[in-house]
Formats: sequence, structure tokens, C-alpha cells
Amino acid sequence: MAVLRHSAAFPFLLLLALLICIPALAYGVWLNDGGGGVEEEGEQFSEELFLKPLPDRKVLAHFHFQSTAPPSAAIGRHHHLFPKAIAQLVQKFRIKELELSFTQGRWNYESWGGSDPISSTNAKPPGVELWALFDLPVMEIDATWKDLTHSLSGLFCASINFLESSTSYFAPSWAFRSNVSNLRYGALPREAVCTENLTPWLKLLPCRDKAGLASLLDRPSIYKGHYHSQRLQLTSTKSTGIVLKQTLTVVLRPDVQRNSAYSSLDKSIQPSWSISSMFKKNVTGLCVPAKTSRIFFELETNMVVELEKLGYGDSCSNSIFDLSPNPVRVFKESNPLPGRSNSIIYEYINYREHEPLDLGMKWKLPFIWSCSQAPFHVSRFLMGSGNERGSIAISLQSTESNKEFLAKSHGCTMQVLIFQVVPWYVKVYYHTLQVFIDGKPQSVSDVIEKIQVSPSEDKLFPGTLELMLRYPCSVQSVALTLEFDKGFLHIDEYPPDANQGFDIPSALVTFPNFHSSRSYVEDNFSINSPLLLKFQEKNVVRSYTEALLVPLTTPDFSMPYNVITFTCTVLALYFGSLLNVLRRRVGEEERLLNSKDTTRIRLIPLLLFYSYLWLYQVFFGIISQTDGLCPQMNNAFVCECW
Amino acid sequence: MAAEAGDGNPQPGRRPRSRLIVRLGALVVARSVLVSVVCCIAGSIAFLLLPVLAKNTYVSENALMPGSANPMFSSHDVLEANRFLKEIIDRGSAKVTGTEIAKLIGQHVVDVGAELYYHKFHPHGNQFHPIHFFSSITSTMEMQYNSSCTLFGLNSVGIIRAPRGDGKEAIVLVTPYNSQNIGQSEALSLGLAFSIFSLLSRVTWLAKDIVWLAADSRYGEYTAVDSWLKDYHNPSFLSNSGKIGTGVCFEENILHLLDQLKVKGPRYNIFKRAGTMAAALVFKVIDKNEKEERDSLTIYAEASNGQMPNLDLINIVHYLAVHRQGLRVKIGSVHSLLKAAWLKFVGEMVHLFGKLTKHLNPKWKIDITSAEYVEGTATLASSIYYQALGVPTGSHGAFRDYQVDAITLELSPRFSLNNENNRSAFLLRGGRLIEGVIRSINNLLEKFHQSFFLYFLTAPHKFVSVGVYMIPFALLIAPLPIVAAALFSGNDSLGVSTEKVNQEPGCIGSSDAELRSGSWKWLQAAKVVFMIHLWAIIVSLLPYMLSQFPFMTPITLLLVWAALSICTLLIFYLIFGACSTHCGWELLKSVMIAAASIGLSLMSVINFSTAQIGAMLIVPMCLLVQPLRKQMQAGVCRKAVLVICNLTLAVVGFPPVALLIAKGLCEGFGKAGVGAFWELAQLLWSWNSATYLYLLWIHLPCWVLCFHILLYPCIGRSSKA
Repeated sequence: MAVLRHSAAFPFLLLLALLICIPALAYGVWLNDGGGGVEEEGEQFSEELFLKPLPDRKVLAHFHFQSTAPPSAAIGRHHHLFPKAIAQLVQKFRIKELELSFTQGRWNYESWGGSDPISSTNAKPPGVELWALFDLPVMEIDATWKDLTHSLSGLFCASINFLESSTSYFAPSWAFRSNVSNLRYGALPREAVCTENLTPWLKLLPCRDKAGLASLLDRPSIYKGHYHSQRLQLTSTKSTGIVLKQTLTVVLRPDVQRNSAYSSLDKSIQPSWSISSMFKKNVTGLCVPAKTSRIFFELETNMVVELEKLGYGDSCSNSIFDLSPNPVRVFKESNPLPGRSNSIIYEYINYREHEPLDLGMKWKLPFIWSCSQAPFHVSRFLMGSGNERGSIAISLQSTESNKEFLAKSHGCTMQVLIFQVVPWYVKVYYHTLQVFIDGKPQSVSDVIEKIQVSPSEDKLFPGTLELMLRYPCSVQSVALTLEFDKGFLHIDEYPPDANQGFDIPSALVTFPNFHSSRSYVEDNFSINSPLLLKFQEKNVVRSYTEALLVPLTTPDFSMPYNVITFTCTVLALYFGSLLNVLRRRVGEEERLLNSKDTTRIRLIPLLLFYSYLWLYQVFFGIISQTDGLCPQMNNAFVCECW
Repeated sequence: MAAEAGDGNPQPGRRPRSRLIVRLGALVVARSVLVSVVCCIAGSIAFLLLPVLAKNTYVSENALMPGSANPMFSSHDVLEANRFLKEIIDRGSAKVTGTEIAKLIGQHVVDVGAELYYHKFHPHGNQFHPIHFFSSITSTMEMQYNSSCTLFGLNSVGIIRAPRGDGKEAIVLVTPYNSQNIGQSEALSLGLAFSIFSLLSRVTWLAKDIVWLAADSRYGEYTAVDSWLKDYHNPSFLSNSGKIGTGVCFEENILHLLDQLKVKGPRYNIFKRAGTMAAALVFKVIDKNEKEERDSLTIYAEASNGQMPNLDLINIVHYLAVHRQGLRVKIGSVHSLLKAAWLKFVGEMVHLFGKLTKHLNPKWKIDITSAEYVEGTATLASSIYYQALGVPTGSHGAFRDYQVDAITLELSPRFSLNNENNRSAFLLRGGRLIEGVIRSINNLLEKFHQSFFLYFLTAPHKFVSVGVYMIPFALLIAPLPIVAAALFSGNDSLGVSTEKVNQEPGCIGSSDAELRSGSWKWLQAAKVVFMIHLWAIIVSLLPYMLSQFPFMTPITLLLVWAALSICTLLIFYLIFGACSTHCGWELLKSVMIAAASIGLSLMSVINFSTAQIGAMLIVPMCLLVQPLRKQMQAGVCRKAVLVICNLTLAVVGFPPVALLIAKGLCEGFGKAGVGAFWELAQLLWSWNSATYLYLLWIHLPCWVLCFHILLYPCIGRSSKA
């Protein structure tokens, strides 16, 4: 028996072995083709963490995980490191580029920076934002977008599928990305972000959160922060394959360790922190498949300037603060303007298995600096009150950083791109666009260089405004206003949630003249860190405005009792009159009247009798007796009435 | 069909049967006197029974969850409040520049880590704009800066951004203080507000942003809060510096101010916003020096034109104050009613009646003691009065104009505030109360909508909802159309009652010509009524022209107003008076009553309380009025009663008298003078109160017409003979 079973199992084993061998063979063939550059061309994964102290006693932590897969034609359908779900997504929907972000909290452009690479690429509006660029003919894009939203919503446990309806997404023509027609953009400002979105995101990493830098992601500490934005960015080209960038940006407030002698000096000193104190976890070894695992620590430009004013160089330990382990390398930002100091990045490499890399910063003296600002601070708000109409205002206030720019080039002009999507139930009258510059009304044609408006269509498309403003750099404040009417929604268009109001997604304001790119001077090696390479990309400075809440007239759904009563009344009226019409025979009535004329009861005695009955019933609560009386009385009354 | 059958019928007396509802209507019209007497009495009784019918309040919105979390406001925060208080007192006594306290507040707000800005505003007297009567938000373009450049107030505003919130909604805290002359209680309310603010900047549970407005009440609390709200909702993007005549000193002023206020960091003059306002709390500490058992809390809720905040807001404050902090919650009540003997008597009667009903049916629970009834009535009266006046009872009224629910909380301590221990205990209670209220509102996912917006309060925990208080008004107003119809039909049939008409159908055919003249006469009466209403509208617009002349005392203004009104009335009378005497007083009364009932119904939609009080005055006056000559024909006893009733009602119904009596009853007859009415009228129109319109557009013409009917030269039917 045993022999027999063994012989039966043997072909299966053979088959299994063969199956295992096929990909390896294929890989081997590809290896031979690829020649020597195996390490560079294969699938790669790197993990990096970027830390930066913020002026308002908080710390920015930015995780950057990057996976690359070579072109699919070469590798087939199987991957070692790269998440298969993403590769399938890219293949199926022919995605060229995609960005999905889940954000909780607001990025504070004033105190956390507005023009550095992190804030211009990683500061996202609250809720979910998704945009995708397809490699498809224009006709097929809308259908593909719908499928994509459903796939992503399944993949990330979020209600991204609400973006499938044509009222919630839009194809921006030039304000979001320059001149593309196959881009779709959608935002869900109300989407709540939680661990259920983080877990599927972590599952895309080769080590999940079991090892490497991702093991720092202790849920209570990262969700306690002031800003939390997890992002997934995909780029796929035929030549380079798929690049997946997963970033998580959090702003945390380190716990203040109060000494026994709690003085006013302590109060003004920035709180000291370390990775273990902030995340309540340690880096436990490195993720083995990762090619690089590094931690960067940045001192901002303004911070370095302030430090140099006090006479301290770029040393990582001075009388103001201490950085606890010594960095492996130091990068300095190279400056187009000579004679000015710039930001410094310290690099730490996470390679030790047993000793945790616990980067920490200990403040010793109070130190104040400000962060780099975008040229204009943007805010958007609603004007007016009531349920009928209102207006949206976008106001741009000049910040200090504008002055440098002004000094640099005299008589320059400033360009600002505004991209604004408005849901259809906020009916914007685009002709009411007014522009005020420094408190003076300007004719629209003077200031606006380029404008594209697509008005909303009820229940079909949202309205969008793409606008390019051009004005002198010396301008201190710009304000735009647009009037709107509030629409009425059909009863089934109200969301099933609590009636808080309706959201207008954040507007995106871009400053095309300003770039957040950095270039680093480095001594020996070429920069091979994906994060720093990303910092060197030439990105324009962007800011998102606040999401707005528009209260619309809302029926009170929470009172089904009213509905029931109302329905019953309508039914009673309908059936009553129907019965009346069906039952009534005029001739018959007359005959009856003539014969009954002498016997009928007069109206007032009848009413009196009824009121007596009612009183009787009310006071003594005797219902059973009236039940007996009622049929006769009812008959008499009906005859009387009709 | 029915008519044919009737024709075929051999009985000549039978008429085609009309429908039941028509017959019921005819019956009611025919018995109009009985019906109106019954309705009026029933309405009055129902009105007096309102305190009995009041229900206990309950927190309707489940998401609010008041008192479900332990308060975080601790003795540490009390220490902070005390420290802040001391600093304010030191600064306040050292220098009285007006910006010192704003600077101090600014420094502390920045230290706490919140955003700060200063809002500069110009006090502007409320102007009477007859065209923009109901649009309380005057366009910013029209705002006049005719005040001199030294006149400005400075609000300090701090904003806490909720750490994980999306910034779509905000809760506003307001503490008014007088920057010129700060007292200890105001300093204490600032200290309390700051300690709460600093606590909120540390908590992790915030979902809505917190805005703290330290309102500079130098020119009145309302002005400060209102101008801030105006700039929040309807900002002007036009810079005003160029347009002002005294521009130079204005600019200097700003520069000087900003120099003074340079705390640290830029941009403290830029207005910042925090989303849609969910609710607002105005709170202040008042040292009343009254010996009481417990610290007390007074709630003010009435906004302009009788608008009330959602009852849930009052509910949570009451719940937390009574059940968590052990405060005594009070709302305004009419003190003169508390001691009225007749009310006590009514209370006893109600008590007896309650006992009786309980005996009849134990399920009925009308067990209210006499004292409770009197207290409930006094509170109800003040609730109705302040709603009817249409003038907000505090700076919370400014929020209601922007559909934000807001109330004023006035905390007053049991003992003097100079005692450190008492003060700390008081601060702890107040802080925990306000923290609890904010936490409840913060829990709210939706707008305030669950509970009532239309209600009267009879006690802090008892309310009369719209469904109940509408009944007395409906009963009061019901006789008006009936009597109008009765008078009209009575005039149609030339004194023959409707029943007689019904029995003698030949009458209709014969009086065809008369009918035509009757319908023509109806138009004549309507013309008279219309003219009087037109006159009333002109009278209501006169004060606008009069107020253009400055430097006139209220008394002269009032006299000029009255003289002008009487002149115009005489002119109208001379032009149209000739025909008015021919039309018969019944028709005139009928049209007048119809107009009054339409006016009252409209007013009940705009401001119910005004309509209620107005109905109690107008309805008896309209129903009883008859020419004095006709009254002379009646019997002695009836004559006396009629004449006395008519004359009393005519005096009481005169709008100024009615207004003054109402004011005197509720606020005391302290300084009633001739000019008082002008001041009262000014108060009403400056607050855009619809009561002003009601008084002059509905009440006054009705009174004039009643007077006209009283002095009617000829008596209806005999004039025709």
C-alpha cells in the first residue's frame, strides 16, 4: 500500500518541482540577457526616514519606502519584492501615474513650512485625494477610472468608490498638470482615515511592520499626532518599469519631560526627543530585502542661519542642542546665492542588528527660528449666511519670503495658478468673479492671464475653475470672490451620514515661478538615496486650502414619526375622497332624504350627543360601551352628511 | 342634479341642500357673538394654563452626551486663571491706554501655542434704514466711518486649531471686557476664559476649532461682537484708508497700534477664520453681592425678533450646571408678577382644578402648586416680553443673525470674590461647566437641529413648545374672520339675519340692486382701511427723516412726530373723509377686522410673542367696538359696560400706551417720561425689530379705525333709512 501511494504521489511531486523551476529558469534566462547589471536592474526596495524639528515645538517624521519593478515584459507576472496587487493594478488599468493620499489633520503652512520639498509634495488636503494619469485613449478613460476607484477602495478599505460618480471627479486641463487630457482628479474631504487604511498600505511593504523602519509605526503614537498623511505614488513607464513610492508624513508633539525645577526657561526650551520617546518603539534591525535603510535629520535653512548668527557651525553638537549618535555623512544644500548658509542634512545608516539606532535631539537653550514660507499664504473661506446664497473667497497674503524674491529681481511679476472644484449643488456664478489687489478692485482682464471655467451641470458634473493670475511681486494681498446659490437636493441625494453640511474640496494653489528643488553638495559619493533624489526634483511650490463646509437646507430625516403621520393623512384623504366618489349616488340620496326627512336627527343635537359621548369616554375611560353604540351612530351620521 | 330634483319636488319650501361644511360655516357665522365670546374666554384660559402645560426639558440630541466625561479643568487651571487675573489687575491699575489688556491677552495666547490676531473696529450707531429693514446685514460698502479716527475698539482673538480636526467647524467663546475701565469681575471672566482656552489647547479630543473672542466692550458688548461677526462673514476687501477724510490720523493710529502690539511674530492684523460656527457661548462673571445659598448662573437666550437658540443648548447648560456643578440656574422673570395677588388666586384655582382632575382620572397629572404656578407665569411673561420686544438680551443676539446658536451665561458667585478660597472654588465650578458644554458641542456631528427652536421657557428646565402655545393664539384670533363674515353678511341682507334669508329666498331676488350697491360699499370701506394703513406706513417712515436732524431732545422729536402724524391723518381725513361716512360702520368694522386678522396672522409667523400680546389687546377691542351713539341706545347697564369697555380698550390699545405698560410691567416704571416712547421706538428700529413694524403698520391703523368707529356720526342702518 505504501509503495503504491508513493508511486501515485511521484508524478505530482515532479510537477511541483517543475512548476517551481519555471520562474527560476525564466529569471535565469533574463539574467543572462541582462548581463552584469543584475543588482541595479532588478526589483529594489529601500526604506528611509526623514526627521526635522519644527519651530512650534513639534517634530516632522517622514517615512519613504520605495519599491521598483523592472518593465513587465522582462519579468513576467511574478515578483520578489514588488507588491503583486499594485503591479496588476498598473497593468490592468494602464496607469502611467497615480497618487493616492489619506490625510488626517491639516498641514500648518505657516509654522511647518510652505516651500520646502516636503510641504509642497507631501502636504495634502484632509480626507482622500486621488489622481491618475492613464495610458489609454480618451474614450476609455472614464470607464477605467470607475474600475480603478473600486479596485483601490477594495485594496485600501476606504470608500474611494464614491469617486466613481461623474459628480465627484474631474479632468483638469492645465492647472493641475500642464496640458494633459488623460488625467482624472477626485477628492473626498470627509473620508475618515484610520488604522484600517494603514494596514493594507503596510501590507505592500516586503517586511510589513515587522522589521526595519516600518516597525516604528506604533499606531497610538502616530495617530495621536497633529498631522498624518499616508500616500502612495506610482509611476510606470515602459523603459524604467514601475516605481512605487509609499510615504507617511506625521507631525508629532514630543512629550515634555518636566523637571522637578519647572521654570520659565524650561517652558521656552524646545522639548527634547528621540525616536524611541516619540514612537514608543525602537528600530529593530533592518528589513533584510531593503537595499538601503537610512535615517536623515535636517536642519532647516533658517535654523542654520540663526545658528550661524550665534556663531555655531554645522556641528551636530553645540551649546544649543545635542544630536546623540554622530552622523555617518553630512550633506549641505548647495546655494545658488553665494555667501548664504543653507540647510544641512545628517545621514544615519541603519545597519546594526542588535543596537537600535535611537536618534535623539536634546535641547539645552531656548532657540527660535521660523520655517521657509511659500510666497503667499493662502486661505479660503465662505462669506454670507443663510440657506440661500453665499460666496467663496480665496485670499492670498504675502509672506516674508516674498521680500527676498522681490530683492532678487526687481519689477518681476508673480504667477499664481488656482485650481478649484465645486460640487454641483453649490451653483457658482463665474461671471461674479471679482479680484481685489491690495484692497482695490481690479478688472478681471488686467490680472487674469488665463482662465478656464467649466460650469457645473446638475447631478452630472462638478464645476471647475482653473485660473492663472499675474500681478507684480510687490503686491501684499490678493482676494478673489465668487458668488454662488445653494441648490436643492433630491431626498435620495443626501448622504446617509449625519447632516453636518456639504463639503467643498480644497482648492489647489500653485506658484509656478517657485520651485522647491534642492541640490546637495556631497564630497565623495554620488547621491543614491531615493529620498534625496526626490528632493532634487524640480517641483513647483503648492499649497492646498482648507476644505469648506456649506450648510444646505436639509429636511429633518430624524423624525420618521412625522413622515408616518403625513403619509397616513394623505392616504386617509385619498381613500376617503375615492370612497366618497364611488359610493355617492345623487338620485338615491334625494329619495332617501325625502323618505327620511321626518326622522333625521338635527345637526346640533347630533353634535351635542357626540360631544357628550366624547366627554363620557374621556372621563370614565369606558370604551367598550361606546363600541356598541358607534356603528349605529356612524351610520346615522354618514346618512346625515351625504 | 340636486337643483333639478329640487325643482321637481312638490314642496315649495324646500331649498337645495348645501354641503355640511357650508352649513356649519353659516351656523358659526350666525352665532358669531356666542362663538367669539367662547373663543376669547377659552383663549384667555388656555393662555393662563400655559405654565401648567409646560413640559420638562430633555436633551434631545444623543450625540451631545453632556457630563459623560470627567472634567479635566483642575486646580492647576484655577491657579493659571488667578495668575492671569492678577496680571490684568496690575496692568489695569498701572495704565489705562486701552490696549494694555489686549497686549497681555495676545502674549498669553501666543505662549499657549494658539493663533492670534487683533480685530480693529469702529463703533457705528445703529441707523434706521427703512429700505433695509429686515436685512440686518448692511452691505459693507455702505458702512460709514463718520466717527472720528480716535474712536475704535480692539478685539483680541485667539484660535486653537483642532489637532486632528478638518477645520470645517468652530466653537466660539466670547468674553466681553471694558478695556478702558476693567473691573474685578470682568478681569475674572477673562481669567476664566483664558484658563479654559489654555486647557483646550492641550486636550486631544477637540474636533472643532476653538475661537476665543475677548470683545472690547468699550462701545457696548453687542457692537464689538457684531462688528467681529460682520467681518467674519462679510469682510470688505476694499481698503478703507483712502476713502476716509481723516485718513492721515487713521493711518497713524494703525501704525502706532501695531507698534504697541508687537508681541512677537508677524501678521497679527490679518483676520483669520475657523470655518462654520457650530455654537457660541458668551460668558461673564457678575458680582451681584446677593446672599444666596449657591453660586448661580443666569441664562439669556433671546435674540432679535424673538429668535431663540436650539433648546438643546440650554438643556446641556442646565444639565451640567445643576447636576454636575451644583449651580443655581436662573432665567429672567417679571418681579412684579411674583407678588401679584390675583396671580396667586389663579394659582390656587389651578391647583384645585388639578386636584379635581386627579380625582376624576388619576392618569392626569396637573399637580402644580400655587407658588410654582406663579413663578412659572412670571418667567413665562418675561420670556414672552423679551421675545416680543425683538431686541436681543445680550451679545449672543449678534450670532443668531448668522444662524449660529448662542447663549449668554452670567455666573455670579455666592460670596465676595475677594476671598481667595471662594474665588478658586467658584472658578473651578465655572471652568468645569464651560469645559463640559464645549465638550458636548464638540461631540456634535450634525448641526443643532434635534430639539425645539420655537418655545417659551417657564423655568430653566421647563418649556412650552410651539404646538401648545399656538392654541391660545389660534383661539383668540379665530373669532376675527367669523365676526368679519357675520358683519359683512349682516350688512348684505340689510339687517335680516342669515337664517331669515335662508327661510325667505325671495328676498335675494328682490334686493339685487341693493346687493350691487352693497358690494360697491365694501370697496368704499376697503378704501378707507387702505388709506389708514397707508397713513400708518408714512408715520412709520417719519422717524427716519426726523433722525436726520441732530441735536434734538427725544421729547421734541416725539412731539414733532406726533404732530406730523396727526397732520397727515387730518389731510387724509379731509381728502377721503367725505365718502367714508357714507359706507356704514358695520362694513368698515368688518374690513378692519379682516385686515387686523391678516396682520396678526402674518406677525405670528415673524414674531409669535408680539402677535400673542397684540392679539390680546386688539381682538377684544376689535370685537367690542361700536359707535358710541349706538351704545347710547342700549339699556343703562349694558350701555355703561359697553362704554367703559370700549373706552378702556381704546386707551390701552393705543400703541404707545400698550408698549409703555408692557415695558413698565416687565422692567418697572422707573423712568417713564414723555420722551420714553421715542427712546423705545428708537430702540426698536435700531435693532430692526419687527415689533416696530407691527405696532405702526397693524396695531396703529387698527386703533385709529376703532376710534373712528367709536366716534361714528351715524349708526349703520339708520343712516340708510
